[in-house]
Amino acid sequence: MSLKLDDVVVEYRGANNAVVRAVNGVSLEVKPGQVVGLVGESGCGKSSLARAASGLIKASHGTVSFDGAPVEPLSWQRRPRRELGLQMVFQNPYSSLNPRRRIDAQLLDGVPEDVARRDRRPYVLEQLERVGMSGDAARRYPHQFSGGQLQRIAIARALVTRPSVLIADEPVTALDASSQVHVVNTLTQLVRELGVGMLFISHDLALVRHIADTTAVMYLGKIAEIAPTAQLWSDPGHPYTSSLIAAIPQVRAGAGLPVALTGEVPDPANVPAGCPFRPRCPHAFDACTEEPQLWPHGSGRAACWLTQQAAIPVRSAQTVA
Amino acid sequence: MGALLTMSHVGVSLPGLHAPVDVLSDVSLDVDPGEIVGIAGESGSGKSMTGRALLGLLPDGATVRGSIRYGDRDLAALKGKAWQQIRGREIAMIFQDPTAALHPMLSVGAQLTEHMRLHLDLSKKAARARAVELLEQVRIPDPVRALKSFPHQFSGGMRQRLAIAIALAGEPKLLIADEPTTALDVTVQAGILRLLDRLARELDLSVLFITHDLGVLAALAHRTYVFYAGRIMETAPTQELLLRARHPYTKALLTARPETADVEGRPVALRPIPGQPVTASSAPPGCPFHPRCPDRVAACDQPIPVLAQVPVHLVDSAELGHLAACHVHAPAADTRIMVTSTEAR
Repeated sequence: MSLKLDDVVVEYRGANNAVVRAVNGVSLEVKPGQVVGLVGESGCGKSSLARAASGLIKASHGTVSFDGAPVEPLSWQRRPRRELGLQMVFQNPYSSLNPRRRIDAQLLDGVPEDVARRDRRPYVLEQLERVGMSGDAARRYPHQFSGGQLQRIAIARALVTRPSVLIADEPVTALDASSQVHVVNTLTQLVRELGVGMLFISHDLALVRHIADTTAVMYLGKIAEIAPTAQLWSDPGHPYTSSLIAAIPQVRAGAGLPVALTGEVPDPANVPAGCPFRPRCPHAFDACTEEPQLWPHGSGRAACWLTQQAAIPVRSAQTVA
Repeated sequence: MGALLTMSHVGVSLPGLHAPVDVLSDVSLDVDPGEIVGIAGESGSGKSMTGRALLGLLPDGATVRGSIRYGDRDLAALKGKAWQQIRGREIAMIFQDPTAALHPMLSVGAQLTEHMRLHLDLSKKAARARAVELLEQVRIPDPVRALKSFPHQFSGGMRQRLAIAIALAGEPKLLIADEPTTALDVTVQAGILRLLDRLARELDLSVLFITHDLGVLAALAHRTYVFYAGRIMETAPTQELLLRARHPYTKALLTARPETADVEGRPVALRPIPGQPVTASSAPPGCPFHPRCPDRVAACDQPIPVLAQVPVHLVDSAELGHLAACHVHAPAADTRIMVTSTEAR
């Protein structure tokens, strides 16, 4: 019951009918019980990828498959039953829950048919308890909750259908620091207890470090690096990963100012030839004018020509100032 | 050195449905010339209200108690047009969303020079030259071309740089930065933080940096105030605060951050703060944090603790100026020096 993306491309028509490739050939797999983190700056294509992965939009090329069958984009018809196992949690719980319906009504919608009529309500309450909400939440309306509580309710709603894979697109970005931790801990616990797979999308690398087994770093529609999370932090294989890590403010005495990455993300409608990171890369050299492949780096892979030059280690983040 | 700005026991109330609602209570803080001072707090902690009070931008009907000394003026008593001598000229502000702060239909040059001609009485030509200089100062590439461009032609990070340039156009002495990097990517945020750090040093500019993220303040702010429910919970030089936080709320904020790591650099489990944050108006009696506090004792539900020097004998290099409002960790009676933050410095 895994989610598999194979060479997915998402294109949009921009101004003057120019084609913008938001996602440019991404392959990923999310297995049950596994958390895959997807990080990148705004505009890197991570949300487009999430929408393609969940069947909200159609991939222009490549395939998305869930449990071996292709995920078809949502149409006017109802979502195919086999895709119920693929659920999404969105960034803004205020807009993902219906303000005019009670929480229990919204959760009852998704209860599987094999649950007997008299068991449906206890089943819903059980899901609410699982995310740390008490049973009396069921009789209330969305406006009666804080953002953090609503996000946990949104997670409970996703769980009602017994999903095997969750796609969470910036699920805690809109929340306060203390609610963020609650929601992140809830999600992690569910993955471990229920064996649910999760694609966790965030711009916050530090947060992803806490929950993802594998982390993928996206830049301009492509995966720059994908590796076991611990390795990604201790031994980044792509200079972009190092830059992202160095830019995170450190809460400790004596830490210097975070290191800024020079330049700006290029216009996705006008991607530089060769390595897309080349114009901002502190290591760029001749080979970078050709496009790098995702080459092995430790137990992960990195799309960087430096991996092909064993003699030159990627400098640690701190020295790339 | 005299402080540039001194708030003493400032309280702010807004008109409520039945009775006025407190949003700030007993806030005493000061900012020295050229100093970067941080205010950290969750939403509803009163941190933005503090910034707004300094510019007379509080909502209609707000009442201000206490005094806000700026030079020889008391900003708490300023009314109407008198603010025009302060806003932009003495104190300027940048906001979270630079897109909303910039006029979408005016060129960058027009927005920059309007300030200067108004406040500094410069000729058109001199204002233009100064505008180019300002854009160079905030590292906008190709400043001459940028003058003729419009805000939508810039990225989010560049727009925040434009907003900073406009804020600096009136040559203010104090810049209030209200969550200026919250909407930006982390790589862009790093650039803005470095820019503010450099500007403070080069221009001897004071910055009051308001944020929900203690990490942003760690390397930037010289001193930090931690706000909760409209009150100051703890204040200290930032390095001291990070090393030896005494208030349970500050400690909780520090351990709730995702980049918390153990000595070997492995991430440690995130520890959420139990319960929900309260605002000044919904605060319980006594210490506003006590219902969520792991260290609470019977005395915590009243009276309200005041800021007091943390006990010196417990801390090898405790600096004066490390104050906490906590009956347990900074009991006022124990230290015999009950001070406001101003007097401690």
